[in-house]
Amino acid sequence: MDISSNLPQMSHAHIDVRYVAKLARLDLTEPEIAVFQPQLNAIISHVESLSAINLPGATAATDTTRLSPMRDDKPHPSLPPEAVLLNAPDQAQSQIRVPKVVADA
Amino acid sequence: MSLITLRRQYLDGETTPSETLAKLALEIASRDPETGAYLSHDLDLALEAAARTDVSKPLGGIPIAIKDNINTLGQPCTCGSRFLEKNYTSPYDATVIRKLKEAGAIPFGRMNMDEFAMGSATENSAFQITRNPHDHTRIPGGSSGGSAAAVADGTAFAALGSDTGGSIRQPASHCGVVGLKPTYGRVSRYGLVAFASSLDQIGPLTRTVEDAALILQAVAGHDPLDSTSLDAAVPDYSAEINLGVKGVRIGIPQEYFGAGIHPGVRENVEHRIKQLEDLGAVIVPISLPHTEHAVATYYVIAPAEASSNLSRFDGIRYGNRAPNPADITDLYHQSRELSFGPEVKRRIILGTYVLSSGYYDAYYTRAQKIRDLIKHDFKRAFDTVDAILSPVAPTPARKLGSCAEDPLQDYLADIFTIPANLAGIPAMSVPCGTTSFDGSDKLPVGIQILAPHLGEAMMLRVAKSIEDLSLS
Repeated sequence: MDISSNLPQMSHAHIDVRYVAKLARLDLTEPEIAVFQPQLNAIISHVESLSAINLPGATAATDTTRLSPMRDDKPHPSLPPEAVLLNAPDQAQSQIRVPKVVADA
Repeated sequence: MSLITLRRQYLDGETTPSETLAKLALEIASRDPETGAYLSHDLDLALEAAARTDVSKPLGGIPIAIKDNINTLGQPCTCGSRFLEKNYTSPYDATVIRKLKEAGAIPFGRMNMDEFAMGSATENSAFQITRNPHDHTRIPGGSSGGSAAAVADGTAFAALGSDTGGSIRQPASHCGVVGLKPTYGRVSRYGLVAFASSLDQIGPLTRTVEDAALILQAVAGHDPLDSTSLDAAVPDYSAEINLGVKGVRIGIPQEYFGAGIHPGVRENVEHRIKQLEDLGAVIVPISLPHTEHAVATYYVIAPAEASSNLSRFDGIRYGNRAPNPADITDLYHQSRELSFGPEVKRRIILGTYVLSSGYYDAYYTRAQKIRDLIKHDFKRAFDTVDAILSPVAPTPARKLGSCAEDPLQDYLADIFTIPANLAGIPAMSVPCGTTSFDGSDKLPVGIQILAPHLGEAMMLRVAKSIEDLSLS
């Protein structure tokens, strides 16, 4: 995603809540935006304290999770289709039904 | 009653798992309507398991309450969210549940929590608040507030919780029970609904330190289904638990005892440290200089990972689906907007923002570098000490509803618990006394024990010494 076209100044903590919510697939209501805007500005202001830290030679934490070696690339048993479909909000013919993705020509 | 006592009663034939479950159900019916720790419990299902259980196993016949974000076959797993209120019954067991069942335990009860584990008061549950059993006007802490409150209230013998920034330890401290977050990778996360995958760990909440060791023993170990699971031998966590602290080097980080700590919390923690010194522990002042940046670092990394993890809740395969969407995109938007609570939305927006092009390096990459500095602080400290002691939370449990308008204030209160998650080290909370805001109340205070990677055995040993001091 790219929101660099309307980058605010980093020193003025501001987050375009309406725009970022759309990127996150959230349709916020106007009252929600009114509440979230100052709250998120305050949180971003706090987070921006990190920009003042001197980072001589620090490397990004890459091994914090200490990844195990990958397992063998072999098929393993997985959930049977009926278990996968158990929770589907809408289904037909052993498949999950969703609204049309491609519009009619 | 502790798990160890209950187990002895089973082995001596004084009671049975079925009788215990029936009594527990009566306790829940009597007390939980006020406390609100349980979202649901299925006595019939538990009694079926009790009829089959082998009490000679390490946790044979022992009921364990489960935070409602850990998948248990055939049971609900709401994560405290409207999104999973309907159209979700767990189709499989999380690895921790499989291991508990193999050890003979009976998962019993789905415990209230902040929605998707986002919160520190259990006030963000979509379904109900949970009250602190020590004072019903106060929070139990969170996000594993249901798990902690039930253990404190006597409506559960033990529980599982999850800890991303303190969500086991802080409610344990507020409710006066033991809470343990293992080393990152020590316990499989497979089947835990992900919040922030590089920080999440499952762990026990119990009445005693030995009980925490018993449950950790059952759930720890490598799991091929979790790529971050550590392939390291699991020691006997009870073997050295009674060795005491004589000669143990204990670090006291100056940054954890600054301004803003409630005097009663400071007094209790410092008193225990002095008592440990009297028992022969070597107290070493240390510095963890990057502690002050932990909260800001966490509130970049955790929401970033959460915004990615929660993208799976789209209304397609499970959970809530909006009834009349215009098209597929509208289905996503409406299903999420209608189902997520305010704290979840805030964190998704925050995470989307810090990961977006143009901001990624300024926020996310930078936070990862500072995470590395925090990790190195601990690494340096553990070159000279065996364990570190600190408060768990700056204050005892606050009043219900007293922080609702200012999420940042709640975030800042996580300052002492977040660093262990960022560093991936084990940490636990053990009750160390009580204090009061105004002289009329009596609120539990926890002390935090931190240990190096895979240092759970030493951590439990120090914890047991502290517990013994409390009982003496």
